[in-house]
Amino acid sequence: MAEHISLAVIGGGPAGMAAAIAAYDSGITDVAVFERDNELGGILNQCIHNGFGLHTFKEELTGPEYAGRYIAQVKERRIKCETGSTVLSISPERQITVVSREKGLRVIDADAVILAMGCRERPRGALNIPGFRPQGIYSAGTAQKLINCEGCLVGKEVVILGSGDIGLIMARRMTLEGAHVKAVAELMPYSGGLKRNIVQCLDDYDIPLLLSHTVVDIKGKHKLEGVTIAEVDEKSVPIPGTEEFYECDTLLLSCGLIPENELSLTAGVTISGATNGPVVDDTLGTNVPGIFACGNVLHVHDLVDFVSEESGRAGHNAAEYIKSHGKKANAPDIINITAGNGVRYTVPSTVDRANVESEIHLRFRVRNVYKGCTIKIVSGDNVILSKKKRISVPSEMEDLIIRPEILSGADGGLTVMIEEGSV
Amino acid sequence: MPEKKYDVAIIGAGVTGCAVARELSKYELSVIVIDRESDVCEGTSKANSAIIHAGFDAKPGTLKAKLNVEGNKLMDRLSKELDIPFIRNGALVVCRSADEIPKLEELKQRGIENGVEGLKVLTREEALAIEPNLADEVYGALYAPTSGIVCPFALTLAFAENAYANGVEFSLSDEVSGIRKTADGFVVSAAKGEYSAECVINCAGVYADKIHSMVSEPSFRITARRGEYMLLDRSAGNTVKQTIFQLPTHMGKGILVTPTVHGNLLLGPTADDIDDKEDTATTRDGIASVKAKSALSVKNIPYNQVITSFSGLRAVADDGDFIIREDENVKGLIDAAGIESPGLTSAPAIALYIRDIVGKILPLKEKSGFIPTRKGITLLANLSVEERAELIKQEPAYGQMVCRCSQVSEGEIADAINRPLGATTLDGVKRRTGSGMGRCQGGFCSPKIMAMLAEKQGISLKEVKKNG
Repeated sequence: MAEHISLAVIGGGPAGMAAAIAAYDSGITDVAVFERDNELGGILNQCIHNGFGLHTFKEELTGPEYAGRYIAQVKERRIKCETGSTVLSISPERQITVVSREKGLRVIDADAVILAMGCRERPRGALNIPGFRPQGIYSAGTAQKLINCEGCLVGKEVVILGSGDIGLIMARRMTLEGAHVKAVAELMPYSGGLKRNIVQCLDDYDIPLLLSHTVVDIKGKHKLEGVTIAEVDEKSVPIPGTEEFYECDTLLLSCGLIPENELSLTAGVTISGATNGPVVDDTLGTNVPGIFACGNVLHVHDLVDFVSEESGRAGHNAAEYIKSHGKKANAPDIINITAGNGVRYTVPSTVDRANVESEIHLRFRVRNVYKGCTIKIVSGDNVILSKKKRISVPSEMEDLIIRPEILSGADGGLTVMIEEGSV
Repeated sequence: MPEKKYDVAIIGAGVTGCAVARELSKYELSVIVIDRESDVCEGTSKANSAIIHAGFDAKPGTLKAKLNVEGNKLMDRLSKELDIPFIRNGALVVCRSADEIPKLEELKQRGIENGVEGLKVLTREEALAIEPNLADEVYGALYAPTSGIVCPFALTLAFAENAYANGVEFSLSDEVSGIRKTADGFVVSAAKGEYSAECVINCAGVYADKIHSMVSEPSFRITARRGEYMLLDRSAGNTVKQTIFQLPTHMGKGILVTPTVHGNLLLGPTADDIDDKEDTATTRDGIASVKAKSALSVKNIPYNQVITSFSGLRAVADDGDFIIREDENVKGLIDAAGIESPGLTSAPAIALYIRDIVGKILPLKEKSGFIPTRKGITLLANLSVEERAELIKQEPAYGQMVCRCSQVSEGEIADAINRPLGATTLDGVKRRTGSGMGRCQGGFCSPKIMAMLAEKQGISLKEVKKNG
């Protein structure tokens, strides 16, 4: 016999906790959070640097402190938390199979499910870097876990490939632990991380950032002995003659994050090729009724504050779904939101304007660095929203707020686009 | 004076050495396997196409032809006895024009002479009916239903564990530095000590020529032929059902596209003769070539689903055939050299062939109490929901997931570490359980597995090795 709960939240990181709290506050108290680790908090637990919570709490917290605020709220509400529990599959009928040391293997039916599994790092193998496969190559987050949680400094002479935020944070972290970070190489002509991290983690420590550079060879059969870095052309192809050898015992990779949607696929959730996360509507609902998604499993965020905010909405909407038994007040009137010029994707990708109650956050990333540009939402020939930006970069997520009344004027679908200004 | 005396010393714990060890463990013989690496299956055996070849490729009359077909036939029984994942998925050799059909016919004829059953030349339409993703340019194909896929680690480990259970000793991290002929046999000098043996079996892969020359005149040379591969995620595993070969050339069987027993898709290998027998690096050109050439036989390969690339070395003898014989000058020295493809397939047959050679040197008396079966690590992924639930009830560690991508639990990893000839490195655990073999390539599970290895060995996290 399968057990039953109203709402199953898969993942106890910042997304899952915020979603569970919001669902609880919206009147659904029969909630369980399933977390594979032995404690709540997710990746925040290994992010011991500060800079979290500026939007949410108007103060600068460390990762564990930020997580702690939410853990306290979860506990206050006595929300059921099943830690050390791994969800193995979710059926399209929202039946979840979960396994844990204490409770064994169980099957649980849920009225609604919130996907909040986060993301993983792109590994070396997926980058096709030629060379040997020695010890000493870590994704930045794995090294972060080993250093911050296990007290194991992975190496002394370090090269970092990729300028994603975790890589930048780890450049500083390893420097503070006594390692020598020789360079951060970035394939693109711009950094993949936040501006503030480049300043605070590289510039402050005189760590060179080599833009338009990549690792072209790895030396060392058993242990890493060094890497060769070369400059790349505009098509990301290494330029012969620019190779330089860096002796090192550690190579950290910070080359992108991938939403972890293997479970979503077991439930038949449609995944977007642009985000690698579920395709969702304005309620953050997926194509499978009663299954919602939020946080980094939906699309990779830069700031945890945005994860919490988004996940709160998913939690509220899942609660409303449960309370209304999946029935909508009005007949749906769905319009598509399309990523236009210079825009890689939008979340959500549809909106049901007959049932919109409050403002919609439209989140997206641009394809390139645009200076002095204008972000526009157009519908047919009408510009329904226009916002000037001093600069828009791929590494910083854009967040447009659309009021419901704007939608009534829309004619057919919406397209979000960048109008490039004069540089 | 040597400390330890054996009837047989096997040098090399790859698939050949371990298969021979397991075969000899059926008899009243004392056997030791010596290898320089810290684990079995660390050389050629770990990085290859993982194919159980049908046997149409080798020239009739060669050892390769004979042992390939025999080895293939032994696999059904062996996979059951030793609990090895093995699937007869069949193979197609594709050609791209009508002009090449005679070459397929020639291969078929060769296969028939070698004793391969069920070979059939298919038209494009017939081939597409069983393999819809063949490239648009494919004109026809030779179908070989007896071709199969296997896990090379599991096969080698199974031989080794079963040999161990039947009394064979293993000395790992023990590099052989010299061999001396004595009046009644040999003295093998290695890093950890000296071993005397009446019979030495040289299964040293790309170094078989070096080992041979330690005690006899150089009579053959082994060239390392590097092959680069790409391994794609399980989401790409259904691209093909059969193993898809291209027409062979003098450098080998060409780039193949095959599912693996773990459900991934494997592409490769390239073929480059190299001087440095340690050079298992991949190259930009090699990977580009794997991509370009695999697309000639199969379409819709999702190259962006690559999870890792790697290269392996084939041990190629001068005349291209296996060299398996007792040395003419130095009696008691048995070479198993030049064991390149189809070496994995042939391993069980090579073991029987070598047993017969040993039988002419030493008396072979069957051992009472030989244990023919070996139980592999119970992998949760292969169990039904009910079976899993039951196992976790008995052993709660199976309820603690460690590797999320391949769904491997703490119980399985503990088994891999604690069983005889257990894993001592991250790669060792990976090869035994599949942990870290998935999409994140160990990003999440490594710290936990490192902690388990460190605890078992009484060392710090920093001292835990990835391999070697």
